[in-house]
Amino acid sequence: MQPVIDLSPKVSDEVRRTTCYMCACRCGINVHMKAGKVVYIEGNRDHPVNKGVLCAKGSAGIMQVNAPSRLRAPLKRVGPRGSGEFEEISWDEALQIATGWLAPIRAKNPEKLAFFTGRDQSQSFTSYWAQNFGTPNYAAHGGFCSVNMAAAGIYTMGGAFWEFGQPDWDHTKLFMLFGVAEDHDSNPIKMGIGKIKARGARVIGVNPIRTGYNAVADDWVGITPGTDGLFILSMIHVLMKAGRIDLDYLARYTNAPVLVNGDPKSPEFGLFLRDDAGKELVIDRATGKLTPFDHPGVRPDLAATHRAGGITHRPVFHQMADLYLDPQYAPEAVAERCGIAASRIRAIASELARVAFDEAFELDREWTDFRGETHKTMTGRPVSFHAMRGISAHANGFQTCRALHVLQILLGTVEVPGGFRFKPPYPKPATAHPKPHCKVTPGAPLDGPHLGFVQGPEDLALKDDGTPARIDKAFTWDNPMSAHGLMHMVISNAHAGDPYKIDTLFMYMANMSWNSSMNTRGVIDMLTDRGDDGEYVIPRIIYSDAYSSEMVAYADLVLPDTTYLERHDCISLLDRPICEADAAADAIRWPVIEPDRDVRGFQSVLCDLGARLGLPGFANEDGSATYADYADYIVNHQRRPGIGPLAGFRGDGTQAGRGDPNPDQLNRYIANGGFFVTHVPDAAAYYKPWNTAYQDWAVGIGLCDKPQPYLFQIYVEPMRRFQRAAEGHGDRQPPDHLRDRIKATMSPLPIWHETDQTGNDGFPVHALTQRPMAMYHSWGSQNAWLRQLHGHNPLYLPTRLMRENDLKDGDWARVTSPHGEITVPVLEMTALNENTVWTWNAIGKRKGAWALEPDAPEATRGFLLNHLIHELLPPKGDGLRWSNSDPITGQAAWFDLKVSIAKTTPPQESLPAFDPIKSPVGTGPKTLRWKVGP
Amino acid sequence: MTQLPAHTDKKLGLVIDLDTCVGCHACVISCKGWNTENYGAPLSDQDPYGAAPSGTFLNRVHSYEMQPDHGAAQLAHFPKSCLHCEDAPCVTVCPTGASYKRVEDGIVLVNESDCIGCGLCAWACPYGARELDAAEGVMKKCTLCVDRIYNENLAPEDREPACVRTCPAGARHFGDLGDPDSAVSQLVDRRGGMDLMPEQGTRPVNKYLPPRPKDRLHETDVLAPFLAPVAEDPKGFFAWLDKTLEKR
Repeated sequence: MQPVIDLSPKVSDEVRRTTCYMCACRCGINVHMKAGKVVYIEGNRDHPVNKGVLCAKGSAGIMQVNAPSRLRAPLKRVGPRGSGEFEEISWDEALQIATGWLAPIRAKNPEKLAFFTGRDQSQSFTSYWAQNFGTPNYAAHGGFCSVNMAAAGIYTMGGAFWEFGQPDWDHTKLFMLFGVAEDHDSNPIKMGIGKIKARGARVIGVNPIRTGYNAVADDWVGITPGTDGLFILSMIHVLMKAGRIDLDYLARYTNAPVLVNGDPKSPEFGLFLRDDAGKELVIDRATGKLTPFDHPGVRPDLAATHRAGGITHRPVFHQMADLYLDPQYAPEAVAERCGIAASRIRAIASELARVAFDEAFELDREWTDFRGETHKTMTGRPVSFHAMRGISAHANGFQTCRALHVLQILLGTVEVPGGFRFKPPYPKPATAHPKPHCKVTPGAPLDGPHLGFVQGPEDLALKDDGTPARIDKAFTWDNPMSAHGLMHMVISNAHAGDPYKIDTLFMYMANMSWNSSMNTRGVIDMLTDRGDDGEYVIPRIIYSDAYSSEMVAYADLVLPDTTYLERHDCISLLDRPICEADAAADAIRWPVIEPDRDVRGFQSVLCDLGARLGLPGFANEDGSATYADYADYIVNHQRRPGIGPLAGFRGDGTQAGRGDPNPDQLNRYIANGGFFVTHVPDAAAYYKPWNTAYQDWAVGIGLCDKPQPYLFQIYVEPMRRFQRAAEGHGDRQPPDHLRDRIKATMSPLPIWHETDQTGNDGFPVHALTQRPMAMYHSWGSQNAWLRQLHGHNPLYLPTRLMRENDLKDGDWARVTSPHGEITVPVLEMTALNENTVWTWNAIGKRKGAWALEPDAPEATRGFLLNHLIHELLPPKGDGLRWSNSDPITGQAAWFDLKVSIAKTTPPQESLPAFDPIKSPVGTGPKTLRWKVGP
Repeated sequence: MTQLPAHTDKKLGLVIDLDTCVGCHACVISCKGWNTENYGAPLSDQDPYGAAPSGTFLNRVHSYEMQPDHGAAQLAHFPKSCLHCEDAPCVTVCPTGASYKRVEDGIVLVNESDCIGCGLCAWACPYGARELDAAEGVMKKCTLCVDRIYNENLAPEDREPACVRTCPAGARHFGDLGDPDSAVSQLVDRRGGMDLMPEQGTRPVNKYLPPRPKDRLHETDVLAPFLAPVAEDPKGFFAWLDKTLEKR
């Protein structure tokens, strides 16, 4: 007899629907509860991001909210920095300490506060706080993550990948992806690949390492790191030479026909010909006359030149032909450097063109463009692309990302059926974003938003004496278009007093003394260094984190945050929303469980701190707090009249986008599954930058206040303005030592340049990290389930390097870079570029952190490549500090690392080994049996 | 010795698509979560924050590199759990009758109250699909989420194994492989689904869909439209451009 079993057990008492935060993907989750405790987490089927699925991280959230690494109460440092000696204090004392430090700074020198917020999903809020404090020194982590991708996309076409847009998964037939960071965008990319493969569409993966998405790609291109731009420009060469480009698209929707001053003697050389209203001019093919690009009915001419005032003006398209038809970009000329056979470059280019043009299709949807022309159908070009950190974290990453966007544009695949589609609030051109602001007034707010998109030298964040206004030197001649700041330079610059000294370093969710910094040992030394007076060189450090990360030990004051299931958050359209190409959407987190510790959501703490400091926007005239907590802010803050952090259920609860604050808004979100979604009308679904129906819809829901159609900027004129300054024109001039670099790198058309190889002689091997799909930065290792998947990280070597160095699996190797040395275990991998080694990112842990036992494999065999990478390039003998960053955006060039490898005798543990830090939370239990129900 | 049923009404099982599995481990952890809270003893973890963390998992993903005769090496992700074999050696070896195969759907289960933790079944399983829980001392294995697939407390669309519901790439499919008209049977037909280690004679119900051939683009190169140059230099290009634009 078979046993009788209960086939319908009770699953839960209640399901609470909120938003995941196990990585940056922001999926909807159903949190199953029994007796007030979390028993199971699954994906929310109704959610626009994940549609029910959930990754390993998301399902392991239950082990994150019970993690022994959770901080328990505010901490005040009582031992030396780095010792981990703390005492627990009350929130009142913690906030008094913070106020006592910050109030005098604000009154006298607001710039002495550097506030950087790491993996922050509330940047529109934290930046608002910093702006009202008055410091220019604010940014999140984009500078060491993917600013090249974001900025290149916005400058080129008004958006990039991930949060900005996505492939048209329903129609694409060929999907090509370049070096990806898996959490951008985690589940949607997996879902998309599964979906297109199920219907026979194909995937091409370009990555030195064949894992994950590249493992399932139909074709894998194991490119040499840092040469993606060269590969892309070679495909552009081939496609232009064969005439396999979308001339109609280029003429209508891009600045390819815009006329450029061609006289080297003119001060306007390389700048656009504009009319008195500042509009770019083209030649109208119908009339042959000079006409503003957006004139009703104009048919811009890609070929015609224009002579005026003795100066020949040529369309951008002419310059593209001059540049890209040059034999330097021929497949044969680039093949060796890229590690891709010339015939393969041609085959891939040919296939892109074949699918884009020979498999073109029409959607039977009428639409009207911004010039008033109505089109009966929408033409599909079913080729789509995706890329992320792999191509952006190089010092040539900005131009590489630009090149990829130009490739998409030449094929006519952006914002068309089957191609790449923007997600609201994008498309949004660079000119519709703020410019950076840096004017400091003691006791008053900054003069505007910190971060933005410069249009020329006049927008740089420089003081009157020409020195950098910001501690991270963002928006300076070193890196003029640093749209996300340079978080990786803050500690280094603050320690060096370059450009000036600060008083308080305030950070949130950024493990800067470990895996989030280059030169980890050096950063630890900077954080603990004392001056001649015996005081710390960086006088005060406030840090907020939910967990006992490596950074906690280096703070003087620790503000313990909640876990993601214990807090309010908003994933806002003002910030980095969760929209899909067919819908605007935003979401909340809400406390599905209450903290069992004396911890508070960081954003609520900022509301309190802002009130105590009397910050405009946070304190009322009578000194009382404007917002009781972050939830109060989310509901009641208005950025512009009727526009708040959340777009859904405004006013009487029926209004979307615009409307008065609705006191019941959060309850409406909770009842709706934690999110709000409003769909883009069918006629507005494609051609969004130029589609009248989309523009009107965007105004209607408050994404913008007036229609803002624009041309894709194949030629980025602001870059030319910086070059022009470097050539000696204009009032604001770069320092002489940067002139040549600016001229060489800031080409207004995408180019490829070799990254700075100073010091790399003798280091022939590329070294990379990848993030495992089941881990998010350093956060995963505290998770009892996830660390069983990735508990240590060998260095993977290609077969060639294993043989050359007489290495076998399990042997140890000394890995040396121009900056440092590590000794680590190795493992052979064949599906790998033959001159590249790699490891999983952020698995290595410091003993004592994350509530792990000191002998945890993460701390004994795990390791970081960060020890090999410096935030500065090796000294060039000129006495200058050259940042290891993209010279255009300042993006940290993590993936420019070059190393040498040598077999060595196995040490006791991975080297360098660090002293343990004292854990403020102890270590975890010896056994887990996490069952709540009977 | 425990007897297998002569016939099962259904052959419920999984079809796992090795062409789309990206190796993300979503199925592994979703399974761990559901089965820690649900059927039988929780899946425990020993030394979860220490030197040698070791927990019970009913489903694990392995990765294998393959070097074809020609072309680049490949990597396949291979999720593995109980295959609910028709001739399940884990059942016939069980000395207490704790391991059994259900007549109604073919699911192989362990009745934990009869399991003495002797481990014979794990030894008999050629796939290594059973794990003895170190805390409870009973054998754990994939239940095909028997407490989900018929569960009237779940919405009908959720009555599928946790691993299938969560798989982001859609690489896991669930259904009756005994019914030739079922979606999973047809998928197996269409994609050439395979048995794992058929030589073991276990007649697994679960099937694997093989990866499609890879790195074929260069082979189709000559068939693709030739990228015939329209020009060799900018001058020629502009001439082509003028000519092309004239035609519009």
